Amino acid sequence: MKKSAKGSFVAAPHLVWCVLFIIAPLLFVIYYSFTDSEGAFTLDNILALPEYGDIFLTSIEMSIIATFLCFLVGYPLAYFISRSSERQKKVYMILLMLPMWTNLLIRTYSMMAILDDGGFLNSILTALDLAPVHIVGTKGAVIFGMVYDFFPYMVLPIYTAITKIDHRLIEAAADLGCNSAQTMLRVILPLSRSGIVSGITMVFVPSISTFYISQKLGGGTFELIGDTIERQFQSYSTYNIGAAISLVMMILILISLAVMNRFSDEDAGSAGAARIAGTGK
Amino acid sequence: MKYISKIYIAIVFLILYIPILVLMLFSFNKTSNTGAFDGFSLYWYRELFKSPETFTALKNTLILAVSASLIATVIGTAASVGVVKMKNRFLRSLVNSVTNIPMMNPEIVTGISMMLLFVAIGTFVGAQDKLSFWTLLISHVTFCLPYVILSILPRVKAMDKSIPEAAMDLGCTPIQSFFKVELPMIMPGIVTGMIMAFTLSLDDFVISYFTNGNDFQTLPLLIYSMTKKEVKPDIYALSTLMIIAITILLILSNFSGSKDEVDRKRHERMIAKAQKKQNAAQIGNTGKENG
Repeated sequence: MKKSAKGSFVAAPHLVWCVLFIIAPLLFVIYYSFTDSEGAFTLDNILALPEYGDIFLTSIEMSIIATFLCFLVGYPLAYFISRSSERQKKVYMILLMLPMWTNLLIRTYSMMAILDDGGFLNSILTALDLAPVHIVGTKGAVIFGMVYDFFPYMVLPIYTAITKIDHRLIEAAADLGCNSAQTMLRVILPLSRSGIVSGITMVFVPSISTFYISQKLGGGTFELIGDTIERQFQSYSTYNIGAAISLVMMILILISLAVMNRFSDEDAGSAGAARIAGTGK
Repeated sequence: MKYISKIYIAIVFLILYIPILVLMLFSFNKTSNTGAFDGFSLYWYRELFKSPETFTALKNTLILAVSASLIATVIGTAASVGVVKMKNRFLRSLVNSVTNIPMMNPEIVTGISMMLLFVAIGTFVGAQDKLSFWTLLISHVTFCLPYVILSILPRVKAMDKSIPEAAMDLGCTPIQSFFKVELPMIMPGIVTGMIMAFTLSLDDFVISYFTNGNDFQTLPLLIYSMTKKEVKPDIYALSTLMIIAITILLILSNFSGSKDEVDRKRHERMIAKAQKKQNAAQIGNTGKENG
């Protein structure tokens, strides 16, 4: 054993990398949050945050709605796919992954082109003698964009969790007198909890921090936290306030991740990691 | 019940695919109209191939993805092998938690935090261009590392420790034993990690947006600047080509000799790529599996 412990030095480049490019950048976020543009210590950035309270609340509200809608539509889909034949499953998985492999900018942009005032949808409506609809620039459009862009991230982990359920448990539930609704609520749903938690995380975090979706589908009328941060860094160069907003968002997300993970069974992670390595079952 | 599930699946996929299909349709539009189809033409594809910008961006994207995934794979492989050999439990789980930070954090936070670092260092050394290809490369390696380690570490842990020991008993030096025995055993994990890193780097927009210099534009950044201007179907043409390339890759890797063991694994790798964040989120938070 002593001999092998020596080998740990090969991790050194990675440790250096972590310190330089993960820890140091985060320290810079903290440093900028508590200093002014001259570099002097100040609490002004933190004290200015209540100004952005509304934006925080809107972002949280919209991403919660988007996450919930993804779950509502995604859970039945994952369940139905898991009950298909092996060949169909393969086809469905490709269909589900293809949008994920397509760049997010492209997907959002094409959605905007459809829903825009002079877009495809309205030209169809006009052709059918129906009144055109105004969608881009509303809250609904942004939420729809979030659902559309991150939907596969909800379905995949739930699908994996459902396929891992021991089928005998479902049969046992039926034998013991559960009808199919009871089996669903009492057996399948609780046993796929880890997948649900992962799905919620994977939709909520990108939704709450997006700026492209709100830029395109919000038509410039909406500001989410992501937009605010993006503007502080790319347009105004007010790094200090931008850093403070990012710091708060990061802390909020880390707290909610920690809370979410209490609801998930712990060994799901290692099982998932094994899958990632392609080792399979 | 069977019909209900079929209809449900069909409707959801239809909605998921309408924007992509509409986009493909309008890439063949004769005019720059994106609301009504005026007739078939390849005009926008010709326009696209005329612009040198597109090819430069494509070249840049590939250079960046190849170098970032290679560097991340080398550092990540060494890290996975080294971390397992660490004796201090606390240190080990600390390293794992820190490694996973870029995976847990929203991309925009990773992006701005690195931008702050690069700008500060750039100002300190008095560099003219504070952001460049190198800052972009560093940021890509950083967000690829956790995924690479996540796919190699389980392989290293599952490896029977007595095999490299046997190799050394039989006269291998530790270095020979690593390259001839350990490396081939963890190779599938390394390949998966490298593919994952490559695709992540290809696709990244948010982090690149904050860490790129003016002289090095990647494809996602080009698309972003194109969508900032007036709506023109040349983006549709570019997107259509990208989607077709992805589709061919996905189908090839899923259906070529589907009974083959290798392909089963490749299929799982595809799924794994999609599930990367999910697993990461849990491993990062429980911190036990890796520790």
